Amino acid sequence: MNSFNYAELLIRLLPHAILIVGALIALFADQLRPRTWNDWNRSTTAVLIGLVSIIAAILVINRQTEFGSFYNGMLQVTQIVRFVQVSLLILTAATLITSTPEKFTNHIGEYVALILMAAVGLLLLAGTHELLTAFIALELVSLSLYLLTAFRKDSIYSAEAGLKYFLFGSVAAAFTLFGISLVFGLAGSTEFGKIGAALEQQQLSPMLTVALVLMAVGFGFKMAAAPLHLWAPDAYQGAPAPSAALIASASKLASFLLFLKFFFLAAPTHAGSAAWNGAISGWAVLIAALAATSIIVGNILALAQTNIRRIIAYSAIAHGGYVLIALLAPTRDGVASSLYYLFTYGLAVVGIFGVIGLIEERHGELSFSDLRGLSRRSPLAAISLLVFVLSLAGIPPLAGFFGKFYVFLAALDASRVGNVPGLLWLVILAIAGSAVSLYYYLLILKHAFVVGPAEGAAFPPISAAPVQKLTLALLAAAVILLGIFPNVVLHRLGIQSPAPEQHHDQAHPHQESSLKSPHLFGNLG
Amino acid sequence: MLAWTIYISFIGAVTAWLAGRERPGVARVIALASSLASLAIAIFGTLAINPSEVTEIVHTEWIPPLGISYFLAADGISCTLIILTGLAAVAGVLFSWNTSHRANEFFALYLALIGGVFGVFLSFDLFLLFVFYEIAIIPKYFLIAIWGSTRREYGAMKLALYSFVGSAMVLVALLTIYVLSPVKTFNLLELTEAGVSAGIGANQAWLFPLAFVGFAILAGLWPFHTWAPTGHVAAPTAASMLLAGVVMKLGAYGALRVAMTLFPEGLRQWQTVFAALAVVGILYGAFVALTQNDFKFVIGYSSVSHMGFVLLGLMSLTTIGLSGAVMQMFSHGIIAGLLFAVVGRMVYERTHSRDLALLERASLGRAMPFVSVTFLLACLASMGFPGFSGFIAEVSILIGAWRHLPGLTILAALGILVGVGFTLRALVKSFYSPLPVEPSSSHYEAITLPEKAGAILLLGCTIVVGLNPRLLFDLIQPAMQQEMFRRIISP
Repeated sequence: MNSFNYAELLIRLLPHAILIVGALIALFADQLRPRTWNDWNRSTTAVLIGLVSIIAAILVINRQTEFGSFYNGMLQVTQIVRFVQVSLLILTAATLITSTPEKFTNHIGEYVALILMAAVGLLLLAGTHELLTAFIALELVSLSLYLLTAFRKDSIYSAEAGLKYFLFGSVAAAFTLFGISLVFGLAGSTEFGKIGAALEQQQLSPMLTVALVLMAVGFGFKMAAAPLHLWAPDAYQGAPAPSAALIASASKLASFLLFLKFFFLAAPTHAGSAAWNGAISGWAVLIAALAATSIIVGNILALAQTNIRRIIAYSAIAHGGYVLIALLAPTRDGVASSLYYLFTYGLAVVGIFGVIGLIEERHGELSFSDLRGLSRRSPLAAISLLVFVLSLAGIPPLAGFFGKFYVFLAALDASRVGNVPGLLWLVILAIAGSAVSLYYYLLILKHAFVVGPAEGAAFPPISAAPVQKLTLALLAAAVILLGIFPNVVLHRLGIQSPAPEQHHDQAHPHQESSLKSPHLFGNLG
Repeated sequence: MLAWTIYISFIGAVTAWLAGRERPGVARVIALASSLASLAIAIFGTLAINPSEVTEIVHTEWIPPLGISYFLAADGISCTLIILTGLAAVAGVLFSWNTSHRANEFFALYLALIGGVFGVFLSFDLFLLFVFYEIAIIPKYFLIAIWGSTRREYGAMKLALYSFVGSAMVLVALLTIYVLSPVKTFNLLELTEAGVSAGIGANQAWLFPLAFVGFAILAGLWPFHTWAPTGHVAAPTAASMLLAGVVMKLGAYGALRVAMTLFPEGLRQWQTVFAALAVVGILYGAFVALTQNDFKFVIGYSSVSHMGFVLLGLMSLTTIGLSGAVMQMFSHGIIAGLLFAVVGRMVYERTHSRDLALLERASLGRAMPFVSVTFLLACLASMGFPGFSGFIAEVSILIGAWRHLPGLTILAALGILVGVGFTLRALVKSFYSPLPVEPSSSHYEAITLPEKAGAILLLGCTIVVGLNPRLLFDLIQPAMQQEMFRRIISP
């Protein structure tokens, strides 16, 4: 019997511990504040505490050098996990700085503390390799996000959004939990690698099918993939802007990594194939169907919207569809492209909600006409919005373009058999979808830049704290620079030189060779 | 050195924007300086390179894991189009000298568009080429939507969506080439040298039309040309000059440089189909132009017709036809720019009308002598009158096309006759109308110096090239002898 070393556990969980302590300090500092403080003081203090703890956590994560899997996979440290955790904290920090909780709530300390709690859950979600920890982390994130969504007490939209998100989310969580129990029953373990080894021996039995479908439902809910997207438009519309930003960015990135690890490592032999003329049953077919419906539903419904938040919500459904395509490419490129995609997408979405938070006058009702004259009222906000929206549209040289390009490339490369790329149908659908999406993105920009203020109407300049302006400018710069120099991210994901296997195994179908050798995923497992 | 055309344009775009709303003069001067500088660089850079081979300008790794490099180079064809872009850029600034509404943003977007166009003509890495190709879309949208006239928001959106759909088709083709080719690279030269056909095989039959149509949408290929007339009409003068002058050439250039050289077998299968579409475009554009009453629509449809010649030249698959196509790109770029300048700037901004029925009674010939002479010469050039660049270009195309496609060549030659018809109709109605003059409309603001300079620059180019076509053919024809083009030429 080896004795359990709690000091070691604390060291391994140090980033999480720092965030929890930060959350507690923010909570109590707000309660014990001097009576003379106004809202601005309170919110600045709380945000500062949050930022300091996030920066400390980033520093600690960056100093982790011991890679590996600990405590039966409950905690895992790899290059990829480290990259995703730092990305999650960067997204959370940007959300925190652009948020102005004093504008919509009196519970400022609680708001910041909840964001930090959500960040703890996100880190755990990205860093676990095991189903039970994953479920706990998932619930921690979800419960924090339900509360953050409903945080605006004076808004009926916020209450509706919180309730819808909660009801859909708890049902999805029930599905996931049931799926986990079936997987455990079939494999006898909750650790991804061991599940993979156990399931390799088994046929795709009805029970395994049910288990995989249930896991995919939980996943689809988190990614807001159609037809599990119904909560998303209302949540994006009703939630306070920073909460919506967190739901759209960091929450997606973390859940994507978790489910990517689950599907690639725990069930690689049951992937099947979604190739056009060679479909084999397995989870890949399910994911391909989710991707295709999300791309179609998201882009078409977005065309009809006039509320900016709802446009972003429907476009997020489509983006979820694009990135799901990477899940059909079980290669290094598939992993790297999807994480690059979700990180840069997150930066752009946090930026958009930052701008929305600045210019929204009545909560949840930012329509096209409210954008009029934005390029006059606040040139910086307008230019940043331009960069973020064009990045979502996939215009080079912005990051959104390279993300899409790389995801599609990875999917085609992985699905190639002979000289037919099997996933071409899905990539064509996705590219067509993004051509459609340019219309609604340009409509947003048209109202911000082209349409001038109405005759005689006064258009007051928008006031924003310098630090908020700086954050928007930094986010826009990051979206531009990461688009021009994607190597910065690819390097951190372990993609450095042309992959050696690309050269010598052209004769073999890529998919089979790479599925059976998980070491191709770089540092994933 | 040629790479600086791109950098100067983008630097100019940023500095023009930083000049601020309140000082339109500064932005204007920056725009003129940067386009003059890029024209000078284009000309001197051309003298420094060997037109008969792809001369490397910059070649560094960019995204090595995917075989993407930052690879700029030029041969005679690139140089011809770079010089055209420089000329169109300078003339466009001169003809928009009076822009004062949001002038800094106007010139910033204008220069960003120019920079993207230079980039496309100089890129020899497919990824890089695609990036520049798409960079050009967004400035076009805003130039038309903010500063345009008739139905500008509709025209701008239509143009943006057509361009984006075209580039989406190109993107599918690029991804497929990369995945299927035996060399994992986007380097255009390596892809053509490695005989990409080996890895792609039967896929050429669908990849070629996909890539060709994707590019040719921007070149006004019938029936995907409908963005062109509405876009040209909606655009402000400088933007329509650029649209007709260089943006349509982006499409033709991409079709030649990428689609045709990468898929020679697909090209042979589809040669007749696209040649027929080109001829339909020539005739359709010409006949529709014959019936238009809006002066700008006449020029817009004439562009569709003249670009049809470029596409026919490409589909001729003979050295002389291909050279003629590139010559026609240059020639049409200059002439269409001049026609739009006359109609959009010189006439419309003074008479506030483009309705030929109204202009007929305004007796512009007497009121604006300089404009009427300019327009007369531009019309002669456009009709393909000997002595102007259009003549030698269209004749080369017809000679080249005759070898494989005699029937279509005769129809295309008929298109020239209809072209004479609609050009003369517009010329007579606008400037040399026999109808009695209405007394109220005889006094207009004088033609300004920048306008004269721009008109003389463009007229000079078409006449110099028309009288001495070897100036350009010495650039174009050696380039056509390169291996990549020799592979597509049918004996």
